[in-house]
Amino acid sequence: MTWILDPSRPIYAQIAELVRLDIISGLYQPGTKLPSVRELAAQAKVNPNTMQKALTELERSGLVHSMRTSGRFITEDIDMIQKMKENLATDQIRGFLEKMSSMGFQPQDTLKLIEKILKEEQS
Amino acid sequence: MSTILQCENLSKRYGARTALDNISLKLDSGRIIGLLGPNGSGKSTLIKLINDLLSPTAGTLLIDGHAPGLETKKIVSYLPERTYLDENLKVSSYISYFADFYGDFDTSRALDMLQRLDIDPDLRIKTLSKGTQEKVQLILVMSRRARLYCLDEPIAGVDPAARDYILSTIINNYDENATILISTHLISDVENILDEVVFIQNGHIRLQAQVDDIRCNQGNSIDGLFREVFKC
Repeated sequence: MTWILDPSRPIYAQIAELVRLDIISGLYQPGTKLPSVRELAAQAKVNPNTMQKALTELERSGLVHSMRTSGRFITEDIDMIQKMKENLATDQIRGFLEKMSSMGFQPQDTLKLIEKILKEEQS
Repeated sequence: MSTILQCENLSKRYGARTALDNISLKLDSGRIIGLLGPNGSGKSTLIKLINDLLSPTAGTLLIDGHAPGLETKKIVSYLPERTYLDENLKVSSYISYFADFYGDFDTSRALDMLQRLDIDPDLRIKTLSKGTQEKVQLILVMSRRARLYCLDEPIAGVDPAARDYILSTIINNYDENATILISTHLISDVENILDEVVFIQNGHIRLQAQVDDIRCNQGNSIDGLFREVFKC
């Protein structure tokens, strides 16, 4: 896992996003147990307190829940994961469209360009 | 959260030179705290006062309610700036010395860390590279179950790979109730493992804040803020 961090945002928030991405992408499957705070902290090379805070953030969003003694588990609510996945993709696309528009591309021009690139890649 | 360290109006003068000027500081348990400042700012002086290697000129310093001395040495684990390991001794001798000196030393933990690093305890210190010597010293210090760890420039003399090892050793051995005070000027390397920072300059505390608060409020990394505050 690579952990590239943005200097202007809290570390825990960025770590929470990275773990969320691992859940959305299926690296951590629905209903399974997350590694311990300490393991995750060691992987991410951050302080366990920071990892704890990041996981609390994910708990608040409902993506993970903690079982008192046995650790933290990923939600089994596949619809919720799917919805987050779509939200994340939508954000990415909006950002991309904004960048394209700042370069002078209208949305339909951008779409044409995407289609052209996809065709090239397929051939 | 309990207080592990408290300084009030603490000063240290060396003759006419003031190294620490009337500082007041409170550190909580269960934190990893960066003591950050340029060279000559007073970092090592503060750490030496905590470890009873220097006496304050004025003011008080309490560790878990005790002035530095026998009681505090039982709960403070100290990594000095320079290693004090005798080159002619074996790594294993130091393991037994530490086990003998400190009631909270965990021998199996130390041996385990040495093994993971492929360091043979039967080797003499002088046969080890400088970086390996520093790792041995860190292993000794981190194998104690202390309440307060004072690490004075733990990553200054080693390569980036060894730096990563040292930082992960610190994270992995950190007990939730202990506090780790790390003095360094290599801020970007330690930034992600810190909860809190104390900026020190010319013997004064310039700032004490939570890392995430600084990032939120100033929109800047600790490294960036440090460069701003201590701009030459």
